[in-house]
Formats: sequence, structure tokens, C-alpha cells
Amino acid sequence: MTTFANALASAAVVVTVGAVVVLWRHRLRSIVVALAVQGVALALTAGLLAGHEHDRVLFAVALLVLAVKAVVIPGLLARVVAATPGARETDPLVNVPASLVVAGLLTLAAFIAARPIVALVGGPTGRLVPLGLATVLIGFFVMVARRRALSQVVGLLLVDNGIALVAFLVTSGVPVIVELGSSLDVLFGVVVLRVLLARLTAAGFSDLDQLRSLHD
Amino acid sequence: MIYWLFLAPVIAGLVAVVAPWRPAVAWLGATSSAVVLLLGIAFAVRVERAGPVGTGVVRVDALGAFMVIVIGAVSLLATVRSVSYLTDEVTRGHSTLRHAALYSTLVQGFIAAMLLAVVANNLGVLWVAIEATTVVTTFLVGHHRTRSALEASWKYIIICSVGIAVAFLGTVVLYLAGVHAGIANPLDFTSLAAHASLLNAPVVRLAFTLLVLGYGTKAGLVPLFSWLPDAHGQAPAPVSALMSGVLLSVALSAILRLRVIAVGALGPTFPRVLLLVIGLTTLVVAASMLLAQRDLKRLLAYSTMEHMGIMTVAAAVGGPLALTGVLLHILGHGLVKGVLFLDAGEVLRLDGTTRIDALRGLLSRRPAIGALLALGLAGLLGLPPFSIFLSELTMLRAEAGAGLWWVAGIVLVVLAVILAAVLAHARRVLLGPSEESTASPVSFSAPLGVALGAAVWFGILAWPLAHLLTLAAKVVA
Repeated sequence: MTTFANALASAAVVVTVGAVVVLWRHRLRSIVVALAVQGVALALTAGLLAGHEHDRVLFAVALLVLAVKAVVIPGLLARVVAATPGARETDPLVNVPASLVVAGLLTLAAFIAARPIVALVGGPTGRLVPLGLATVLIGFFVMVARRRALSQVVGLLLVDNGIALVAFLVTSGVPVIVELGSSLDVLFGVVVLRVLLARLTAAGFSDLDQLRSLHD
Repeated sequence: MIYWLFLAPVIAGLVAVVAPWRPAVAWLGATSSAVVLLLGIAFAVRVERAGPVGTGVVRVDALGAFMVIVIGAVSLLATVRSVSYLTDEVTRGHSTLRHAALYSTLVQGFIAAMLLAVVANNLGVLWVAIEATTVVTTFLVGHHRTRSALEASWKYIIICSVGIAVAFLGTVVLYLAGVHAGIANPLDFTSLAAHASLLNAPVVRLAFTLLVLGYGTKAGLVPLFSWLPDAHGQAPAPVSALMSGVLLSVALSAILRLRVIAVGALGPTFPRVLLLVIGLTTLVVAASMLLAQRDLKRLLAYSTMEHMGIMTVAAAVGGPLALTGVLLHILGHGLVKGVLFLDAGEVLRLDGTTRIDALRGLLSRRPAIGALLALGLAGLLGLPPFSIFLSELTMLRAEAGAGLWWVAGIVLVVLAVILAAVLAHARRVLLGPSEESTASPVSFSAPLGVALGAAVWFGILAWPLAHLLTLAAKVVA
């Protein structure tokens, strides 16, 4: 294995491990830190690929990812957490040991689902695609197994980071215009979610069990 | 030339940002929708004469022009109604001027995003546009700022964001297939469709499944549909009209375009099975929720799900006849559902509730509102002479013609069950004695009446849309 392949694999593994850390930790502050580390690893993946392929545009994308996913979005979430000191994911619907087992099973599922892609891409990048898919699946799991409204946003961002990892690995990123548009959309989405979170808190909702007034 | 489409909504939206809100601002929004409708007609004429307009990331073909017309028509209805809706909210002190201005801006942004989605010839641009509709409409759903509205907007953005993330993954995977097949513009709908047979089949299978699940979320298809009744129940009536009338169809039209690529790469079987399973399940789930529904707005929301299911089933069958039916259905359903949501909004404003057991004798109490509800429901249930009758008949004929008798049979049975259930609910709301009778202003009933008239017109006469419909169906058949 070359240094490039090793470095790339390490960065991709950090992205997936970041998702597992979100499942494992209770304190919301640690969860936001894990998300920021994941953003750095994602930017590193893009940067490594840019260096390997001498692609200046991709390098710019890596910087954009670093700014949005490692700084701006975690910063927005950190301010929400700071507003509720000592905030914890109290009493998740699925406890931590069981969650970690589920994460293992989801990773296995990701390896199976990604087979057609791995077969098509191959090489040092193609092998890592299941890690991106595993991050996506763990993100979905966080969204259904956690009670805090903030945890749902974190789950969504895990999904988004997982997809970004897949995109970088399989095609060295989608064309830059799409990358720009989607980053902007995600950023706006997080801003909207943050405003909604503030309104939920102001209205006295702390966890999602209280969001039960609408049903048939 | 295509970018002119966005000029009117952008101007109307910006004016609402900078100028202090007054009814004229809302009227400007309505004018902008009228301009969009006229431009849609102009594009249709141009496409019929000289073929698709534009290359690259935006392109108006027959389907695009048709969808612009549908967006223009339903938006015109909703924005005209928004004028009196906002004026009333402001005079009653339910909305501040700032909220009214925000509403006016967001509605124009919503319309612009939908326009971009239907003229996008690029998977990435399509994705950005559909995601933008979610971001923009979240605050519109929560416009009333009650606890329930807050809950609905939270569910809406979370569930739709999941869906749209899945669609992005599908886009990436399809792009990968395109790159490996050596296609020059692997995000272009036209390039992908032209070279679909070169694409790697297992990868396209994965991509198409993800894309259908993802965009299906915005189209109200199973499994991620639970945002739909809450958002439609809580949003202001004109916003519900826009979402049910066009937003869901815009997402469906994206699935129609993607299906062409999938059929080209995989043959007809896989896309057909996938869409049949999703369409029929959606139809059955919607019917079961309609049976015991207790709220008028939620009833209308589940009915939208039902119609999306019917169209997905017909799209699964494919072919020019089925697709013509689907497109005519998009138009007829958009008009009728728009009218019904606006009418239900007026019921909510006057009676303070849309609970079915709390509403009685609407026909004698408020004759105009009651009559519009009765006529709208008749159109929705597919009674002649409304165009939904014609489009449902066309879709059923196409299903039977393709040898899928059992599919047509299931759809017919479910439609009959829904007919009985909705009629029972409608009888309770509409009939019954009442001592007093209140008239509604013509400014309320006239636009709704015109929209219902249009739905009848296209049920009897194909003119002037027949040629455009045929061309548009050919694009995705």
C-alpha cells in the first residue's frame, strides 16, 4: 500500500469512527466535537485526492468542506449546546451497548450494499466506499434512536457527511457547481434547523416525545 | 431566454423584502404568478413549433413547458388568495407586517425553486432546486407559530431532509455510473437517457432505488410520507394548495424523468416492479387513513397521497397512453386540490376548526363555500365531467392494455372504497339544517370557480393542451 492509500484509508476511517463516537457519547458537547473532527477528516480526504490527482478545483472544494463542515456548522450547533449547559442525551431510546452492536451490523450491511460500487470503482478509493455508506446508515440510526431534537440534526449531518465521503471516493467529488450548491443548501438547512430549535426550546419542548400533538 | 422565467418571482420576492408590507406587495406576487403562467404558455407554443429550448443545465422540453403551466396556474390561484389571506391576518392582528412580508418573499422563492426543478436538465441542479423548496417552505408551514405548527415544520424539514439526502446519494451513484460509461456530461438528463444502455446495470439499480425513495419523500410516497398530513394540516391554506397542487407533482415529474434512464439501462422490469410496489402501497396506506379521518385538511392531504399513488402506478406501467393520463392528472389534481385547500382554509377562518364532526350543514350555512367543497370533492373523486375522470380512465385503460389487469383491478377497488369513505365524510360536513345563511364575497368564490371550470374544461375538451400533452408524454414514455 502506498502512503496515499494509507492516508486516505485513515481519513475515511476517522469519518466512520466519528459517527460511532456520536452513538457512544452522552454529552452533547462531545457529540458536536465529534462532528467537527469528522468534518476535518472529510476535508482531508478531499485534500488527499486533490493532491493525488493534481486537481486544483477539488482542492478548493476541500477548503470549502473544511470551512462549512468543520467550522461553521459545528459552531452553529455549539452555540445551541452552550445555551443549555450540561446538556446530555438523557435516556436514549436504545442504550449505548445495544447501539454499538447495531452500528456494527449496519457497517456489515453497508459492505454488502456497496458491492456493485466497489466492483465498478475498485482500487484504493473504491475499497473505502462502504465506510461512507456505514456513516450514512449510522446517521439514520441516530435520528430514530435519540430523543433530543439536536441529536436528530446531528444524525442528519452524519448522513450528509457519509454521502460526501462516498462522493469524494467514487468520483473525486461531483462537479464543483453541484458541490457549491449542495453545500449552500445544507448550510441554509442547518440555519433553518437552528432557528426552529430555538423556537422549540422557547416553546418549552426539550425532547421529541413532547412532539406528539399531531397524529391520526 | 429560460432565465426570464425567474425574473418575475425574484422581483416580487425582493420587493417584499425591501418594501413595507401592504396588500399591493401581495398583488405583485399574484402578478408574478400570472407572468409565469403566460411564459409557460409561450414556451409551450415555442416547443410545439420548434422543439426543446436551451441546452446545458436548463432546458425546456414539452414536459418542462407543461409543468411550468401547471405551476403558473396553481400559483396564480394560491397567490391571488394569499392577498386576502394576508390582509385578513394582518387586520386581525394574527400576523405582524414582518411576518406577512416574510410569507410573501418565501412564497415567491418557493415558486422560483419549483420552476428551476422542472426546467433543470442536470441531476445536480434538480437536487439543489428540490432541496431549496424544503428549506424555503419550512417557515411557511410554521407560519402560524403555534406549538402544532412548530411540530409540523420540524417533522417536515427533518423527514424531507432525510429523503433529499437519500436522493443525493442516488445522484452520486448515478453520476458514477455515467463517468464509468464514458458519457461526456454524466449529470445531464439528455446525455444519460441517450446513452443509458452503456451504464452499469447493478449500479443503476442501486441509484434508481435511492432516487425514487428520496424524491418519493417529497412526492408523498411510502415509506417517508408522515410529514405530509401534518404539514398540510398546519400550513396556511394557500401554502397547502401550492404543496399539494404542485410541489408533490414536481417531485413526481423528476421521478418520471429518472425512470426513462432506468428503463434504458435496466429494461422495463425492475423500474416497473419498484414503482408498482411503492405506488400500490402508497395508495392502500392513503385509503386506510382516509377511511376514519376526522379532520378535513388531513383528509385532503391523504387524498393527495392517494393521487400520487395512482400516478406512480400508471408511471410504472409506462407507455404514451399511461403517461398522457399521468400528466393530465397532474393538472386536474393540481387545480381541484388547490381549490379544496383554499376552501378548507376559509372554513377554518370562519368556523375556527376543520374537524369533520364539528362542521355541519355547510351547504345551507355558507352556500358558496359548501358548493365549492361539494364540487371540488366531486372532481377529486373522479366524477365526470371533471378532468380527473378522464385521466383516471386513461390510466386504467393503459394498465389493462399492458396486460396488467390485476393492477387496474386493485386501483379500481381502492378508488371505490375511497369514494364511499369520502362521500360519507362529505355528507356529514355538507348536509344538515341551519337557521342562518351567510354569503361569501365574489372575490373569494370567483377565482376558485374559475379553477374548477378549467378542471371541467380539460375533462371535456382536450383543446388547447392535446398536442403539448402528447409531446410531453413522449418525453417520458
